[in-house]
Parts: sequence; structure tokens; C-alpha cells
Amino acid sequence: MKLSKKTTGRSKSTGTGRRNLMVRFWHVLVALASFELLWVAGSLLKSRRVNRDKAQGSSHLIAAGNVNQFKPGEVKGIPQGGFYLVCQEDGSFLALSKTCTHLGCTVPWNKEKQQFTCPCHGSTFDSTGLVMAAPATRPLDYYPLKIENGEIWVDIAVPVKRDAFASFQIGRS
Amino acid sequence: MAKSTENRSLTFSSFVFHLHPPKVHAETLRFTLSFGLGGMAATLVVLLLVTGLLQLLSYSPQIDQAYLSIQQMYQPGGLGGFIRNCHYWAGNLLVVITFFHFLRVFLTTAFTGPRRYNWIVGLALFLLVVFANFTGYLMPWDQLAYWAVTIFTSMLSYIPVIGSELMTLLRGGQEVGSETLATFYAIHTGIIPVLMVVLLLYHFWMVRKAGGLIKQENTRGVAPARIATHPHLVAREVAVVCLILSIILLFSAVIDAPLGAEANPGQSPNPAKAAWYFMGLQELLLHLYPSFAICVVPLLVLFFFIRLPFGVKETPAKGVWFGGRKGALNAAISGIAGTGLTFFTVLIDDTFLIRKGSSQLSWLWRGLVPTIGCCLILVLLYFILVRIRKCSAGEAQIGVVSCFLCGAASLTVIGIWLRGAEMALVW
Repeated sequence: MKLSKKTTGRSKSTGTGRRNLMVRFWHVLVALASFELLWVAGSLLKSRRVNRDKAQGSSHLIAAGNVNQFKPGEVKGIPQGGFYLVCQEDGSFLALSKTCTHLGCTVPWNKEKQQFTCPCHGSTFDSTGLVMAAPATRPLDYYPLKIENGEIWVDIAVPVKRDAFASFQIGRS
Repeated sequence: MAKSTENRSLTFSSFVFHLHPPKVHAETLRFTLSFGLGGMAATLVVLLLVTGLLQLLSYSPQIDQAYLSIQQMYQPGGLGGFIRNCHYWAGNLLVVITFFHFLRVFLTTAFTGPRRYNWIVGLALFLLVVFANFTGYLMPWDQLAYWAVTIFTSMLSYIPVIGSELMTLLRGGQEVGSETLATFYAIHTGIIPVLMVVLLLYHFWMVRKAGGLIKQENTRGVAPARIATHPHLVAREVAVVCLILSIILLFSAVIDAPLGAEANPGQSPNPAKAAWYFMGLQELLLHLYPSFAICVVPLLVLFFFIRLPFGVKETPAKGVWFGGRKGALNAAISGIAGTGLTFFTVLIDDTFLIRKGSSQLSWLWRGLVPTIGCCLILVLLYFILVRIRKCSAGEAQIGVVSCFLCGAASLTVIGIWLRGAEMALVW
């Protein structure tokens, strides 16, 4: 570093183009070496990641209970699935992810205020998962669900991102 | 016998003189110039390296064992807990000391001219210290650790283009788990210490190249007094080292480092707060649109501080705090303005604006507009100081930085003390 600075200084004053070129060459080499080091680190991390992604399945149905167990307007946490089952006023069901869409904290259901409030940055969501207060920018993710003979089945393999509430997100008996 | 003592003292003094010049300027020895902050920080780094190495022998970096291994350090009759306490308190104090060191260098105008590249090295070291603390508090795998690493890696996903790739890379998958701890363990115990030692040596070497500590400009035409480094400087350094070591060791003997409940991925604590030095950023996240709080504002701040020594030609008096009385008064006024504005803005946002929910234009009204607004306030302050208070550019710069830092400190205070359950304002 010290050496290269001195040489650049001299080459500027005397105008030796060849020495200048050598110094440039050095800089390029150092940049290349750093890039390579980062690339190696990245690929090592990647190989660690691949192992776990393989272990995860693509579809995972769990039983969340019977429709008779829910009253309209009830929100119930299903701990083994990491989601909330919301029974809406019209008797349809919605499975909401517990994970805040802002930075990934778990949102508890506040029964008095009828809203989810994030304990990390204060985002609030209504019972359909739509944003009531910033900083979150999109509604809570949902899980697809279906109802067969009164039993509620939720596919918890992948939480589905959405920008608004739509009727295909809910399940009816 | 006599010869061997002579040899030994020769080795010792040659080591000391390798780091120091044989003579130093007498006026730079004044304690109130530097408060020994750089020396304190270096001492803490050495203590952290030693206690960190010792902890490698008692800590297990697996998610099912990490928490237990920390608890086992505190078994009666063992020294493990004391060593963890020293590491914890030294790390926390290092954040404070490096911040004050940064303030000292800025306020005594010791960052311009040939020192400006060392200013950038110093900024890098400060970021490294904060990141070292952050990765350190993930190690116990308690609730604080789990949710901090969840939030941090989620923050990465807001970086344009490479964000989500970076997030899964550092998490070792879609979710936080054993691979995440392994990665951050490698960063905390391997990558950061090596980078820090290399940068620190470079930092010290650059201080020596610049002729030691900043000294006042010689106006009287008398050659400044120079005195022998050994014993004058060395004795003072030893005193500072002993002082800081005794403070840490005594404190650690009495007060245990905190350890939360074991990590529970199913439930965030309420309120879930970061370590105290991140509460300013957490408060900012409450108010600003995510990509602005995570990318735009931190990059602007970093760019501002890197550019600082390159912008102004006319600097305040070197080696004098605030460049004199007028500078101190400006800094105080600007600081009060920054504090007041921050508290006012937070209160207004919390009571009226935050409840409006999100819309397609959130990035504009909660991101771009407030960011530009804050920049305009600082620019306005600069011009008020230059035009109305008749400050030089350098003096006005001190005022602007004071306003900004007081604002950041206010956010930190609000975050630490004025936020209760569900992050609602309480007092």
C-alpha cells in the first residue's frame, strides 16, 4: 500500500506510463482477489443452505379443528402450525400467518381492541390481516385452507404473500 | 545480571518506541485534550480478545446447547460467569468509549488534512465495534438473541436487488435456525476480530504518521516543547489502562451480564426491544417506511460522515474543543433544537399520523418526504449559523452534527425509556 502510493506519486511527477500501468495492474489484482474471497465465502454459505432446503417438503396439510368449534368473529392461535385461524362474521375461515410482514416478529392477537399488534415496531393489523397502522406495508400472509365434512385443513408448507384481501383466500363449509 | 536487565529494558523500550516516537509534544499530554479515550478503547479490545478466547473453551455454538452452556458458566465455584461478565461489560463500554472517541476527534477538529483517511478507518472501526456487539448478543440464543437475528436478517431483505438472496444466505435457509447461529458464530469469533486487529494496527500507524495527537496551531512563534515519551507518555498510558481494567473487573465481579429467557420462536417478547445502542434505529423503524429506515437513511448518514473532512476548507481552531466558546454555544443551541424537534415529531407521528394505515403512496409520505424534510432542516440550520450567527463553515458544521447527534440520541432515549407494551408511548 505504502509502496504503491510512493510509486504512483513518482510516476505522476515524471510521467512514466509503464510504472503507472503496473500499479493499476496491482490494484486490479487486489480487487480481483477480494472479489474471489467474497465469492468463495458466499458459495460456502450457499452449500450450507442447500442442505436444509432439501429437507423441507412442498405441501404439508394439518388439521386445525372442526367448524363447530368456532364462533363467528373468533380468532384462535394454532400453535403447532404457527398461524391464526380466523372465523369471520359470515362463518367463513381464514388462516393468517403469525409473522409480521415488516420484520418477522410474531404478532399476538389483542382481543379487546380486535387487532394484531406487533411487539417489535408497533404495526397493527385487523382481523382479516390488513394493515391498520404503519410501518408494515403489506397484509399478513395467509395459508390456503379447505373444509371437508366440517374439518378444517390448512396447508402450512408456504405462507402466501398478498397485497389485499380477496375471497379466494378464505374457505367456506 | 546487570547486562540481562539492560537487555530486557532495551526490548521493552524498543517495543514502546516502535509504537511511539521517542519524543512527544508536551501540550498533547493534557488529559482534557483526549481524555485517554483511544487508549481506553484499545485496552478494552485487548481485554475482549482475551476473555473471548477463554469463552471459546466454555461456549457451545449449537442452538440446543448454547443457552445451557451460558447457564453452566454461572455454576458456583467457576470463573466462567466472571469471564462472560467482563466480556459483556467491556463490549458495552467499548460502544460508549468509541462513540466518545469519535466525538472527541470531531470536536477538537482532529480529522482534517492528513488525518482524514484515518477518520474513515476510525468510522469503519466504530461500525465494526457495533457489529461485533450485535453478533455477540446473538450467541446466548435467548429471546433477545433470537428476535434480534430474526429482525436483522429480515432487514437485509429490504436491500434492493440482492436483499432476499443475502437474507437466506445469512440465515442458512428461509428460517432462522442452527445454520444461522453457526454463521454468526463464525462472524463474531473469526472474521470480526481479525478485521479489527488489522484495522486497529493501521489506525495506530496512521496516528503516528500524522505526528501524534492533534496540537494547537503555533501562533507565538516559539518552538513547542517536546518531552521524552518514556516516562511521560508511557506513565499516563499505564494509568489509563489500569483505571479502565479495574473498573471493568470490579463491575463484573458485582453485576452479572443479563441473560433472557431461552429462545422461543413461537412468541416475541412484548415489547421486543433491541440492545440499547440500537434503540434509535428501532425507533426510526417505527416511523419511517422500511426501505428508507433500513437503506436510505443509514447510507446518507454514513456518506455524510465520510465526506465530513473533505468538504470544508476553513476549519475551526485545531486542538481546541468546539473550536472555542462560540462553537460550544452554537453546538448547545443546535443540540437543543435537534432534541426538541425529534420529540415533537415523534409525538405528532404517534398521535395523529401513524394510524392512517398503509397505502400505495406510503413510500412517499412516510419515506421520501420525511427524509428530505430532515435533510432540509439540517441545511437550513447550516445557513442560519453561517448567515445570522456569522460562523465559519467549520463552526457551522459542528452545529449541524450536534443537531443530528442530539436527534439520534433523543430517538434512543424514547426507544429505551418511553416505549411500553406494543411499542406504545408511555411516561
